[in-house]
Amino acid sequence: MALKNLPREELLFPGAAACPGCVGCLSLRIALKALGKETILVIPASCTASIEGYFPKTPFNVPVLTIAFEAGAAGASGVSAALKRLGKDETNVVVWAGDGGTYDIGIQALSGAVERGTHFIYICYNNEIYSNTGIQRSGATPFGAWTTTTWSGKTEHRKDLPRILMAHEIPYLATASASYVEDLFRKVQRAKTIRGSKYIEIHIPCAPGWRFPMDKTIEIGRLAVESGAWALFEYENGELTFNGRSKRILEGQVEPKPIEDYMKTQGRFRHLFEPRRDEERLTEIKRHLESDWARFRKQIQLQTA
Amino acid sequence: MTVMMDTGNRIAAKAAQMAKPEVVAAYPITPQTVIVEEIARYVQSGQLDAEYICVESEHTVMTASIGASATGVRTFTATSAHGLALMHEMLHWAALARLPIVMVNVNRTLGPGWSIWADETDSVAQRDTGWIQFYCSGNQEIFDTVIQAFRLAENREIQLPVMINYDAFILSHTSMPVEIPDQEAIDEFLPKFKPFWQLDTDNPITHGNLVSEDDYMDIRYGMHLAHENAKKLIPEIALEWKETFATYHGGLIEEYRCQDAEFIIMAMGAIGAEAKLSVDNLRSEGHRVGLARIRVIRPFPNEEIQRIGRGKTLIVVDRNISVGSGGAVFTETKSALCGLNDCRVFGFVAGLGGRDVTYEDLADMTRKVMNNEASETEWWDLKETGGA
Repeated sequence: MALKNLPREELLFPGAAACPGCVGCLSLRIALKALGKETILVIPASCTASIEGYFPKTPFNVPVLTIAFEAGAAGASGVSAALKRLGKDETNVVVWAGDGGTYDIGIQALSGAVERGTHFIYICYNNEIYSNTGIQRSGATPFGAWTTTTWSGKTEHRKDLPRILMAHEIPYLATASASYVEDLFRKVQRAKTIRGSKYIEIHIPCAPGWRFPMDKTIEIGRLAVESGAWALFEYENGELTFNGRSKRILEGQVEPKPIEDYMKTQGRFRHLFEPRRDEERLTEIKRHLESDWARFRKQIQLQTA
Repeated sequence: MTVMMDTGNRIAAKAAQMAKPEVVAAYPITPQTVIVEEIARYVQSGQLDAEYICVESEHTVMTASIGASATGVRTFTATSAHGLALMHEMLHWAALARLPIVMVNVNRTLGPGWSIWADETDSVAQRDTGWIQFYCSGNQEIFDTVIQAFRLAENREIQLPVMINYDAFILSHTSMPVEIPDQEAIDEFLPKFKPFWQLDTDNPITHGNLVSEDDYMDIRYGMHLAHENAKKLIPEIALEWKETFATYHGGLIEEYRCQDAEFIIMAMGAIGAEAKLSVDNLRSEGHRVGLARIRVIRPFPNEEIQRIGRGKTLIVVDRNISVGSGGAVFTETKSALCGLNDCRVFGFVAGLGGRDVTYEDLADMTRKVMNNEASETEWWDLKETGGA
C-alpha cells in the first residue's frame, strides 16, 4: 500500500516521550495503523515503556499492559488465553519489545509462547543495543560496534534470532525496516491474518545509540538494507522469500553497496576506521556478512530444488 | 454435600475446579505437581471449562496469570519453593497491579541441599510483595480457604492477590476426609468475577506506564488500606462460610482453649494442628495452656495478638527463618506487643527442612518455658554438631 493510502486513524498520538527522530516510534505508529483499534499491546521494559510517558497520561489509543523486561511473550500468553474465554479471539494481541527484551532476557518466554502456538504477534524493534538503559551491548549488537559495555567494539557477532524462531516452525516470521514503511505495513497486515504465533523484527537505527545525526535515521536504515547488513525477508509455511532490495541482492540483480559506506555513517564503528583502518576486524565483518548471504542463497536454492 | 477422602493437593485442585477459574497457567514442581495434574485433567475431561496454559517456567506462570487477570477473567495457579522464588518479581507486579489472582503455595524447603520437605521460609520470604497470605492446618481448611480466597481477592475493598500456603507432604500428600459442598451452593457463595479494571479495546487505558515520584507512594498506601480492610473481611467471610457450610477454622487467628490460659502456643500450618494435642495433654496435666494458630501472616493480625497476648506468656514456634533475625511469627509478634509490658514472648525455630515437630516437642517447649529454663529464642532439636 502506498504511503498516502495508509489508514488516517492514529493509534499512537503525538506527545510520546521518544527521542527526537526516533524511528522506533514511527514504526510503532505504522504497525498500529496496520493492526487497527482491536489491538491490545503488551510492552516489556524497553524504550517504548518510557515512551508511554507519565501516568495518568498516555499517547496510546489502544489498551497497553506494561510488563517486566523478560516477560513480554508470557504476558501476551495470558492475555490471549483470557480473550479466548471472553469470545474476543479476533482482538490482536501484540508484544512490542526491544532487542534486549527479545534476544536476551525475554528469549525463554518467547520460545515458550511460540512452542505453545500462542495466538499473538511478537514485534521486536531491534536497535541493536540496550538503548533505554544507555547504550549497552545486546545479543543483537553487531561485531565491532562500540557500546558502553564494549568500549573497544563488540567481540562477538549477533545472534541469529530469526533462525532460532524458524526452528520453532513458527507460522509466520518477517524482517522489516523503519526505512521501508510500506513493506512493514504489509507484513504486519499479513501477520494479522494468520492463526498462531507470528514474529516480526524491525531494524531501527538509533541516533543517540549509534552516534549519528538524528536527521540521517531513514537514510542509514536504507543503507543497512542496500549494503546487505540487514535483509528483508518473510517466512511462511516453512518457505523463505526475500523482499524488495534484499531480493535483488540475493538474486544478484544488484550489487550490495559496500558495508563500509554503511558503517562509516555511524560513530559506533569509527574506531574501526580511525586513527587507522582495522583491517583484521573489517575483514571479519565482511566474511561474516558474506557467509550470511551464502546461507540465504543456499536456503532459497534448497527450496526451489 | 459429599465427603471426599483425599490429599491436600487433590482437595486444593477440587476447590480450584469448583471456583471456576477461566485461565490456569501452571508449571510443575514437587510437591505441588498433583494440583496442576489434576487441574489439567479437569480441563481436558471437560470438568472445568477453562484455558490451561502449560508454560515454560514459574516466572511465566505469574506473568501469564497477570495477563489473564488484567484481561478480566478469574485466574488460579499453584507453586512451591523455588517456583515461588522464581516468581518473586511478578508477585510484586500482580499485587501492585491490584489483580485478584489466587495461588496455592505448598511450603517446601529452599536449596541448595535439594530438599522437598516442609518449610515455610519460601512464602515467608514473600511477605513484602503485597499478597495476602493464608496458612492452613488441614485439608478441610485448604478447601474452604481456596474458595474464600477468591471472594476476598475479588472484593472491591481488597483487589489483591491471595496465596494459600500449606505444608509439603504433611498436608499435600496426606489424605483426610473433607466436606465438599454442592456446586450450586459454591456458585452462590462465590459469584462470577467482575473485574475492577481490565484491558478493553473500547476503553484503551495504558496500565503500568511511568509513575512519578509524586504519585507512587499513594499507590502503595492504597495497598496498605486494602490489607487493613482484609483484617475485617477475612473473619467476616469465614463466618459467612460457617453459617452456610458449617465448617470453620478461625478468622485471622484460630484460638483454642485460650480464654483462661496462662501460656499460649503460637504456630502456623500443620504445626498449629499438632499443637492442639499438646494443649490437651498439658491441660490434662493441670497446666493452663492454649493455642493461637496464625492463619494469616499478611495482613499481620497485630490487634488480635495484642488482645490475646495481654497478661500471657507466648510460646511462638516458627517453621521458617529470617537468618540474622529470627522466625517470622516470633519477630512480628514481638513487634505487635512492643510497649505492652504485661506479656512475655519466647521464640522457637523448629522443623526447618522438614525435621519432624511432634506434639511432644511442642509440649516440651512449653514445659521449658513454664520451668523458666528457656532463653528468649531457641533453635529446637539441633544435633550436637548443629551449626558446625
